[in-house]
Amino acid sequence: MAVFIDKNTKLIVQGITGRDGSFHAKQMMEYGTQVVGGVTPGKGGMKFEDKVPVFDTVEQAVQATGANASVIYVPPMGAADAIMEAAAAGVQLIVCITEGVPVLDMTVVRPFVIEKGARLLGPNCPGLITPGESKVGIIPGRICTPGPVGIVSRSGTLTYEIVYQLTRAGIGQTTCVGIGGDPINGTSFIDALEAFEKDPKTKAVCMMGEIGGTDEQEAAEFIKREMKKPVVGFIAGQTAPPGRRMGHAGAIISGSSGTAAEKIEAFKAAGMGVAARPKDFVDLIKARLA
Amino acid sequence: MNIHEFQAKDILRRYGVPIPPGEVARTADEAHAIATKIGKAVMVKAQVHAGGRGKAGGVKFCPTPDVAKEKATAILGMDIKGLTVEQVLVTEAADIGTEAYVGIIVDRATKKAVFMVSAAGGIDIEEVAATTPEKIKYHPVDARYGLRPYEAMQLGFFLYKDVKQAKAAANIMRQLYQAFVDAGCSLAEINPLVVTPTGEVIAVDAKMVIDDNELDRKPAIAALRDESSEAPSEVEARKANLTFIKLDGNVGCVVNGAGLAMATMDLVKYYGGEPANFLDIGGSSNPEKVVNALRIITADPNVKAILFNIFGGITRTDDVANGIVTATKANPLKVPIVIRLTGTNEEIAVKILQENGFSASSDMDEAVQRAVELAKGGK
Repeated sequence: MAVFIDKNTKLIVQGITGRDGSFHAKQMMEYGTQVVGGVTPGKGGMKFEDKVPVFDTVEQAVQATGANASVIYVPPMGAADAIMEAAAAGVQLIVCITEGVPVLDMTVVRPFVIEKGARLLGPNCPGLITPGESKVGIIPGRICTPGPVGIVSRSGTLTYEIVYQLTRAGIGQTTCVGIGGDPINGTSFIDALEAFEKDPKTKAVCMMGEIGGTDEQEAAEFIKREMKKPVVGFIAGQTAPPGRRMGHAGAIISGSSGTAAEKIEAFKAAGMGVAARPKDFVDLIKARLA
Repeated sequence: MNIHEFQAKDILRRYGVPIPPGEVARTADEAHAIATKIGKAVMVKAQVHAGGRGKAGGVKFCPTPDVAKEKATAILGMDIKGLTVEQVLVTEAADIGTEAYVGIIVDRATKKAVFMVSAAGGIDIEEVAATTPEKIKYHPVDARYGLRPYEAMQLGFFLYKDVKQAKAAANIMRQLYQAFVDAGCSLAEINPLVVTPTGEVIAVDAKMVIDDNELDRKPAIAALRDESSEAPSEVEARKANLTFIKLDGNVGCVVNGAGLAMATMDLVKYYGGEPANFLDIGGSSNPEKVVNALRIITADPNVKAILFNIFGGITRTDDVANGIVTATKANPLKVPIVIRLTGTNEEIAVKILQENGFSASSDMDEAVQRAVELAKGGK
């Protein structure tokens, strides 16, 4: 067991013939992910790496392969459409790696995806990995190892750093989920935490947040109310200068919220462990697994 | 990306929002000429990317063109929150009856564009939000349908009892919403929305912030960027595809990824140092980015030590190593450098660095502590 993906996940890659798409498709195949197809309009009929069939549309790919997940590596201006195409074709898990997707596009995409009953991860996220079983996205496979800890994070390389330190200390992971840092995304901290709470293999969770917004505070409320499993949190940006003001509207809607101090307070109030630095996760998690 | 008030007003006028006439001036004589053309009392308003312009003395009422010239002379060149005023908007002074607030922003919490309106508008709107939140109405918009007429009317009636005024406000809000979408905004606001003594509803000030991710597909909007109003180091970084924010410390940081960059700054502070900057070289790397990053960082005289913290995923650490070697060959460093890298092609990177007289660590805490020591003058 794990969350969102496992060895049975059948994946298609949207943008498989592009620079990033082809590089990471190969990496995912080497890791053992079942990459069953690719999509690039106009390249239908081709074979990627001599074995993965390429289709013109997601609909064709899903019909031919029975894929239940898709990962998107298309340029930013085409990403919103790629997500909607996957959702319309009945793909259940859509992971959008693309960075730089206009946020107003996401205000249209998000309700569409929800209506189709699909789960979206991202955009602007590193994807997810269930060590030893499947990886969807760009998280380096060799820094992960199977084990009892769930990981959910808003950032990319910071996640790698913490997973790397856990792995070096002999602490493995059930699934690492990068939800991405964009203002409007598909999967929230709470969605991932809920999945980890239900996953029998996950014994503890690491959560990495950042300054800005109230997602971490809401997650802390959820942890306090709904979770029995221990969660350790970290907030990046404790020393970052206050964000540039976005007119009055930014201040009106968020009030004073979004600082690292406020988020750490929320974590403490929820009874969570708080890592002051990335390496502190190791001892805090060890204590909670003991 | 921020745009100026006069640019936001130009956009909104195209959508039919009633706005008093005005033009932008770069000299006091131009301000005099515009005021003469308007032929009524004018406001002279500093055009800088900062809030609180009025409180800083950058907005003045001028009954005659001569006063407009005098005030423009004072405001042009003025410093507001570290920004020099290069241009002023000279605009007809409106007769103000009441002041309302109308804003729309992309909201992380509801994951929608949200309208916020209040009859208690003006410069103290944030105070209103903090102390009397019931005076503000929030209305999330379903982007698939836009702001429907009935929704706009609900908001209009929240602002005004008078049907004509409510309808006028509703129209303005639909125009504002359309402009917000078409220009690719993350924020658009009219504050104040004024009812004049004769009952007309007009926009007296406007602000728009554009989502940077929109600029590639909206060249006309991208062309509104005013580089003279940004810090030169930040302009240079943007052109090199780097995200850079200058800070006051002395440890120059080069990191890949925003989260890791912030965590690195936090760790510098944790070990008793002060970061000189936030610098994210981004996901995919090439040696040239590193060369640019080093040039920007070493231009800061406060920097006493440089810290690289690279976790290679998409970023290849050998690209980073090559960048460091190239940059330092062209411009030998005057301050010590500490390099931490791990991940993709780490062995190649370490070899490149060693062959060129650098050492590298794979441990983040170790590297940060060393950089902090060196910045303090340690050996």
